[in-house]
Amino acid sequence: MHRSRMLLISAAFVALAFAQPQASRADTQITGAGSSFDFPFFSRAFYEYRRNHGGIQINYQSIGSGGGIQQFTAKTVDFGASDVPLNAAETKAAQAANGPVLQVPVALGAEVIAYNLPDVSGHVRLSAGVLADIFLGKLTTWDDARIAGLNQGVHLPHLPILVVHRADSSGTTYIFTDYLSKVSSEWKQKVGTAKSVSWPAASSIGAKGNEGVAGQVRNMPGAIGYVELAYALENNISYAALQNRNGDFVLASVDTVRRAAAQRPDVSPSNFSIVDMAGRDSYPICGYSWAMLWQNQADKSKSKQLMDLFRWLVTAGQSYADQVHYVALPANVQAVAEKALAGIRS
Amino acid sequence: MATESIEIASLPRTTTTAVRLRGAQLADRLVVGFFGLAAWLVLLVVAALFVTLAIAAWPAIKTVGWPALHSALWDPNNGKFGVLSFVFGTLVTSGIALLLAGPVGIGAALVLAEVAPKRLAGPVAMLIELLAAVPSVVFGIWGLFVLAPVMRGAIEPALARTLGFLPLFQGYFFGVGILTAGVLLAIMILPTIAAITRDIFEAVPAHQREGMLALGATKWEVLARAVIPYARSGIIGALVLALGRALGEAIAVAMVIGNKPAISASLFSPGYSLASVVANEFTEATGQQYLAVLVGIGSLLFVLSMLVNVAARLLVWSVGRSQSAARA
Repeated sequence: MHRSRMLLISAAFVALAFAQPQASRADTQITGAGSSFDFPFFSRAFYEYRRNHGGIQINYQSIGSGGGIQQFTAKTVDFGASDVPLNAAETKAAQAANGPVLQVPVALGAEVIAYNLPDVSGHVRLSAGVLADIFLGKLTTWDDARIAGLNQGVHLPHLPILVVHRADSSGTTYIFTDYLSKVSSEWKQKVGTAKSVSWPAASSIGAKGNEGVAGQVRNMPGAIGYVELAYALENNISYAALQNRNGDFVLASVDTVRRAAAQRPDVSPSNFSIVDMAGRDSYPICGYSWAMLWQNQADKSKSKQLMDLFRWLVTAGQSYADQVHYVALPANVQAVAEKALAGIRS
Repeated sequence: MATESIEIASLPRTTTTAVRLRGAQLADRLVVGFFGLAAWLVLLVVAALFVTLAIAAWPAIKTVGWPALHSALWDPNNGKFGVLSFVFGTLVTSGIALLLAGPVGIGAALVLAEVAPKRLAGPVAMLIELLAAVPSVVFGIWGLFVLAPVMRGAIEPALARTLGFLPLFQGYFFGVGILTAGVLLAIMILPTIAAITRDIFEAVPAHQREGMLALGATKWEVLARAVIPYARSGIIGALVLALGRALGEAIAVAMVIGNKPAISASLFSPGYSLASVVANEFTEATGQQYLAVLVGIGSLLFVLSMLVNVAARLLVWSVGRSQSAARA
């Protein structure tokens, strides 16, 4: 099973390598770096773009959001990508390097709460308060009355809860802690929102990357952790139904994430949080990933290519999002992104 | 050099030998020059490494400084850079590894070199050397998916039942933590210890053993009184080399140590190490200070390894001295 899948994957890679349209020396070279969250979507979308548009070579390096911001600020890449927009200090540094920065939302994703409870089928239900208290280390066993109260008829085992979080600094952690800060004042006060935090639960461990967190959760009965939706769907991980602000228990899906995102059409780099949104069936833990571009471009023909590419990426290119388990940007957000891109000057 | 030139000068001088000699002298000088350069290059690389690390870490040393060494609070986004838990995790996991792998490795080497029939010893020794060539990420994956469940399911409960009165063996079993990292490191450094000590035992001259045997010693007495004392400084050298690998291991440790910046008395609890925090956080670190602190952690590891090396040298030296004193 595993072997055949591996073979299939490698065959696909080989096929992809051969199917790449022939590069010519006259092609415009566009390089980008950053978020690993965007990578599967970018590689799919850029591949399609190149198939239909000649004269362009796009090279995206998935080195992480932090690295992306650094490379962008150092002007070694044409665009950067980050799961969280630039903060004040980062914006200042970038502006000092090359003038104003444009930031546009390029991808929409969600996070699920993955867990490992042997012999429990279906999706365990969790409320925002219970989830926050689990990550605060206040609920320590799975058969706690507060968890059992949400899951009538489910036999929860008497297992200690082990919290698994990201060991590397990540946008995924930012979105998750943003959610916990919104739903729990205690979390907001004690821990806060950041790409990496000091985790308060006594029984907690860190793991690197989504695959690390998923691996530890899968390995350890009683474990609970947060991973990206795309990752969870592709790897068949059990995840919880979360209670949203409306009181509904919601599973993450393309539909429920889009419902949440549609609640905030005026998303901008300074007002980007879409966690814990109101509305029926909106999934509570979602977020955008952002691309960074310079407003002032030196090379005129390159600037045109870059603008065409990103205009396509935030509109027609979004149709490839579903194929890799991302969620296409809602129409109103696409319009916001297009408007921002019009600010590119050369 | 001086004696050589006298000898050369006293040789009969025909033109052809003179030419040949001049050629030989040139080759001599070239070889000496080349090896000298190689030796200096090694020193230069070490010095350059240290200087580069120190320069890159300077902002961290200046702002965070010594207090970081006695704080275990690690919260980079709020400017809290306590590295004590990393130092603790590094030293404890490496210590456990050495404690477990040392006796086993030396024992295996003794059996392979002295006891086992050659037919068996050859293939087994080859397997051990093969183990030394396994990349650490493979050890890490194995540790996470095979070792950790075994630790959680069997070894840690057994330790808690028998030695649970010690604070070292109390608390929940997660399968990942300080103890698992130590055991994994032990497995990783075992081949280094076994392979080197085996070579050292084989290098013990036969007359040492024959002398003991001639005095009517048993096999055990030969090993304990002739072979092991002769090989002692070599064994310590092998242990130091293995310890160096354990101290610096990043990826495999990061996968099984639990990556929690905390100091706990229990070996079952998760911890963190210097090398693994750099491996985990370097790619996503933003901001000058955060990056500088991570480079500083790298330099700290460098200094720690050097201190361990110096301590081991001193140990070898003092052992050598006490041995010669005993003989005199």
